[in-house]
Amino acid sequence: MAQLTHRTSSLLKPLSFALSSTRHLSSTTPITVETSLPFTGHNIEPPSRSVETTPQELIKFFRDMALMRRMEIASDSLYKAKLIRGFCHLYDGQEAVAVGMESAITRKDCIITAYRDHCLFLGRGGTLVEAFAELMGRKEGCSKGKGGSMHFYKKEGGFYGGHGIVGAQVPLGCGLAFAQKYSKDENVTFAMYGDGAANQGQLFEALNMAALWDLPAILVCENNHYGMGTAEWRAAKSPAYYKRGDYVPGLKVDGMDAFAVKQACKFAKEHALKNGPIILEMDTYRYHGHSMSDPGSTYRTRDEISGVRQERDPVERIRKLVLAHDLATEKELKDTEKEIRKEVDDAIAKAKESPLPDPSELFTNIYVKGYGVESYGADRKELRAVLP
Amino acid sequence: MLGVIRRRVACKGNPALNLEQGIRVIASRAFSSTAKEMTVRDALNSALDEEMSADPKVFLMGEEVGEYQGAYKITKGLLDKYGPERVVDTPITEAGFAGIGVGAAYYGLRPVIEFMTFNFSMQAIDHIINSAAKSNYMSAGQISVPIVFRGPNGAAAGVGAQHSQCYAAWFGACPGLKVLVPYSAEDARGLLKAAIRDPDPVVFLENELLYGESFPVSAEVLDSSFCLPIGKAKIEREGKDVTITTFSKMVGYALQAAEILANEGISAEVINLRSIRPLDRSTINASVRKTNRLVTVEEGFPQHGVGAEICASVVEESFGYLDAPVERISGADVPMPYAANLERLAVPQVDDIVRAVKRACYRSSSLAATA
Repeated sequence: MAQLTHRTSSLLKPLSFALSSTRHLSSTTPITVETSLPFTGHNIEPPSRSVETTPQELIKFFRDMALMRRMEIASDSLYKAKLIRGFCHLYDGQEAVAVGMESAITRKDCIITAYRDHCLFLGRGGTLVEAFAELMGRKEGCSKGKGGSMHFYKKEGGFYGGHGIVGAQVPLGCGLAFAQKYSKDENVTFAMYGDGAANQGQLFEALNMAALWDLPAILVCENNHYGMGTAEWRAAKSPAYYKRGDYVPGLKVDGMDAFAVKQACKFAKEHALKNGPIILEMDTYRYHGHSMSDPGSTYRTRDEISGVRQERDPVERIRKLVLAHDLATEKELKDTEKEIRKEVDDAIAKAKESPLPDPSELFTNIYVKGYGVESYGADRKELRAVLP
Repeated sequence: MLGVIRRRVACKGNPALNLEQGIRVIASRAFSSTAKEMTVRDALNSALDEEMSADPKVFLMGEEVGEYQGAYKITKGLLDKYGPERVVDTPITEAGFAGIGVGAAYYGLRPVIEFMTFNFSMQAIDHIINSAAKSNYMSAGQISVPIVFRGPNGAAAGVGAQHSQCYAAWFGACPGLKVLVPYSAEDARGLLKAAIRDPDPVVFLENELLYGESFPVSAEVLDSSFCLPIGKAKIEREGKDVTITTFSKMVGYALQAAEILANEGISAEVINLRSIRPLDRSTINASVRKTNRLVTVEEGFPQHGVGAEICASVVEESFGYLDAPVERISGADVPMPYAANLERLAVPQVDDIVRAVKRACYRSSSLAATA
């Protein structure tokens, strides 16, 4: 197994500013926050709208989400500059799901998702440099440049990818949960999928088995309302994805509210460990199109997009909360954002310095154990290698 | 929860205790020594048993593997021994349980997933290829997948078009997979144990019609530490006039053909491939360099088949040694028919192999007739 150097997540960097002594709250004073909307339950009593947090957590939420936002915007520019090739699916708008989930769980819990994976990777301990280098196909990338945007992994952080085939990650996630139960680990798996994948047959096959065998699997539908260019009402007879589990309970959550996400994930983890699978539907939104090849405006109006940005932006919600609780000034938050911008720019610069992988890497990692067999390039008389 | 009687068997000791039920002791007429025989079914069963005993991470999953004792009785007795947590009956949902198996392998368990036949693997083929085979590469070594997909492959008897396809060529094309094709009981034991111990995804193609066949097995084969190397073919019969490469059930047919040919003065070398991927090109080429003639035999469809790859390999590596064009015997280029006479025409027979060998040796008169 490849030994990846462990890098401290940039998300755990010390706070950029000291909490002023004139403020009456210490960083661990409990604060209670109300979620924007109540939860809706399917075959289950939903949790309370009151969520416990602390000033430290609030500031961290702001920072983490602002960092994710900045990373995705920067990736947009890199793609347009042709430094990122192929597919690039951006997550900006959905940050609250990644950050809220992370705050409710540990690194021993597993997360698996599809191809919109950059921010979840960061949340699991991935670094900016690993992410940008991978996007640009460089050897410092988290998959040594061999995976690309859709194939970020961080096994030691409990992040199992990074999958390109819509829906496949759900049975895989139920398999992770199976293994956790088999190993008696007392941890859970969050198998994430979109509204597009929610109609996949294999999802229902896996959910059936998860329910039959009481697996600690939490299926999280990140409903951003569009499966590529197809709106949910055109794809699903029933777009109430939290109800689609039928005999499996579900919860509908405001996915733009990081505290609602945190509460739901905490609730789901407790449930899954005792009672088996549960579905969480995160009502969220992506500002970008499906991928960088999709302008995202042919199947939805610009008014809709700007409307969500005005009313429901997840980063803005936290900014308002931070200001309302007097944990930082506007200027301090702006300074934080400036620092984040610099952090991201520095990471991009560092990633750009990383070389492309050595040509010999074409033939590595095909197998764990290659038994000395040969593999071939396009012209086997010109290029062949012995697999270790 | 069923009570589980766990056998405390050291993985490297007491082979006789492990395999008592599987061994038929045959007294030879001429000599006082006894030869042990074992069916392929028992060979597979004992291999699964021993590997499950040796490593608690190994578990079985598939349709009817538990309470039914296995659709073909390959997993007989294992539920009683290891319990329902380790021998898991699934609903009829291949895509779902293959994906669950791969996910469990990502986490570090060692699943053995049974497809009742490999025809049903097509429902799960995305997980075999995209989730299993490619993961180690895409993750640059972070996510390895120590999984085995096993089950009967190829034609049975009278089961028709949807239940008779051979998948060796399709799976054999994919980098990241290992594809094994046992023939004898020794192959079955040694290769299945190797597959379960292997850290990469292995497609293990058995044959339903071989399950009941008995083969002699030595004490070494019966030992619980027995293992065959992956990627090495076996020369079942040495010869000097022509090389026949084949696998699975066709090995038996090729050996019969070799007997017939021997009586007609043609000495055929029969290579049991044992492994489609990695393909043992060096054994094949060394043999062709010796005999100068090659006939490839397989049960599957001819186009883009295993024989096509072997022919290409020999043309690339040993062209100068060939004294005749490579001959191919394969299943017919048709979906498998049901009627007995048509079915017989759709799969290779011993006669077909004999005829092709004679053509390769320029001994057949039919070549002159078509010229």
